[in-house]
Amino acid sequence: MSTAALYAWAGVALSMLGLFGFIVHRHLIRRLLAYNIMGSGCFLLLVGLSQDGRGVDPVPQALVLTGIVVTVASTALALVIFRRWFRVSGESVLPEEV
Amino acid sequence: MNPLPWLVALPLIGALVVFLLPVRWRASGSLALLVPVGFVSIRPLASILSQGTQSHAPGGWIAPLGIGLQADGFAAGMVILTALVIVPCSIHAARSLRGKPAEEGFWPLLWFMWAALNSIWLSADLFNLYVGIELLGLAAVGLVALAGSVQSLAAAMRYLLAALLGSLVYLIGVALIYAALGSLALADLKAYGSGQPTILIASVLMTFGLLLKTALFPLHGWLPPAHGSALTPVSALLSALVIKASLCMLIRLWMSLGPEAMPVVLAWTLGLMGAGAVFWGGWMALRQTRLKRLVAYSTVAQIGLLFLFFPLVTGTPATAAALAWDGTVLMLVSHAFAKAAMFLAAGNLVFAIGSEQIADLNGVCRFRPFSLLSFGVAGISLTGLPPSGGFIAKWLLMQSALASGQWIWLPVLLGGGLLSAAYVIRVLGNAMVEGPVRDRFEAPSLPLELSALALGCVSLVLGFAARAPLAWLRAGGPFAGGG
Repeated sequence: MSTAALYAWAGVALSMLGLFGFIVHRHLIRRLLAYNIMGSGCFLLLVGLSQDGRGVDPVPQALVLTGIVVTVASTALALVIFRRWFRVSGESVLPEEV
Repeated sequence: MNPLPWLVALPLIGALVVFLLPVRWRASGSLALLVPVGFVSIRPLASILSQGTQSHAPGGWIAPLGIGLQADGFAAGMVILTALVIVPCSIHAARSLRGKPAEEGFWPLLWFMWAALNSIWLSADLFNLYVGIELLGLAAVGLVALAGSVQSLAAAMRYLLAALLGSLVYLIGVALIYAALGSLALADLKAYGSGQPTILIASVLMTFGLLLKTALFPLHGWLPPAHGSALTPVSALLSALVIKASLCMLIRLWMSLGPEAMPVVLAWTLGLMGAGAVFWGGWMALRQTRLKRLVAYSTVAQIGLLFLFFPLVTGTPATAAALAWDGTVLMLVSHAFAKAAMFLAAGNLVFAIGSEQIADLNGVCRFRPFSLLSFGVAGISLTGLPPSGGFIAKWLLMQSALASGQWIWLPVLLGGGLLSAAYVIRVLGNAMVEGPVRDRFEAPSLPLELSALALGCVSLVLGFAARAPLAWLRAGGPFAGGG
């Protein structure tokens, strides 16, 4: 197995792990961490899979760079909303939907 | 000068300019900026009608390295629809948010939302669509959280988690497609079709991600709290435009793969989920006690109708498919106007009675008939009564269902109409009952009333004048020849 394929498989494993955590956990910080792990898995998959057997390709690397910016921004927004939610409700999990 | 890049750049510039203005000037600054942006929004349609599909490669880079912008009739129509819905909502917001803390954040986020919407309508590249839908999601979540209440913060958080999960699943699909094709341009998808299993798996993953963002039943859990607890102009924008963006991406994805690309099983699954949405959303709307929640559940139901598109265009005769395209597009447009009108009118009613409860509407008909009128006008189109745009759209969809022999969708269209009539009439009925004696009603000011009424009237007039817009929306699209 080439290094790129190894990255791709690691990416698959990480995203599945992240997805599992995202669904199973209720604590919002844990879910946010799971989202970040899943995101990293996606990026590894994106870079690894498209470079497998074809050598270096700048396009997926540029895409991943954009993706990281997007993930950082959404994590920041989620943290801001979580802090406000925690301040007004004192809860760290979302209430069950009625 | 090509207007396409400016349609994305101008709202972005607007967001930054408005953000730099002092809070008390943000509303007036935004209203002033509406004029040039609205003017640019009309430009692509004019050029498409004279010269055909427009495209632009920013920086001179062409695909696969560059990220292209492209406008066919459908994209140009959506650009205009966006402007036409945002203008009245902005007028409403300028008055209803004046002096409130939410004013500070609303205007910059509104412009970011507009930039994201335009970039989604015009994008010709799967990854750019991902960036667009993420920007849209972040702006929309910020707008929901602006209300600042416990409910709205929980709703914003729930919405954000759903949006993030949806976009990551979509991104996995993007990764698979790039690995298989070496390109992400929508135009390159057509050459490969969906024969390859990788493309099929990728498209199914992307479809799932987009369904989560469109809130199709049973993935709709985040929508009613988010749309029901946001500020009134925000609810209107979210229901009218934001959920349509992911739906349009879905339609674009599958139409780019080719008209026969979607497996029939998947098309029928989407159609049946849509049917479930129509009945479940309608039933839940009927059972709500709070006015804005009722309108939010009505959105869940109406989204379902739009998904009948997929079974009606997959493996059906060309005439049926063309009718389904026309019906769905018209349904999308008239729902955007009607639902924005209904949310603004519901906000005005809530303001007039000082309560969220439908039961407290008693007596509104006598004291604030104007506020109720806009709600009723919007209700006509949502229910699908002639001569509204909603009626023509349902008529086209029914004809398509008959032409393709898919009778099963007829009860969905008719039953959905009956359910929506029931919940609209429930509100009107409560408003017309003379309840406990009460003579203290707030008076919504004229801009609030007129913005709601104008949107409602457009959704009505669409029924009289649907032919020309439908022809524009077909231009350069997958069903350009039919209809």
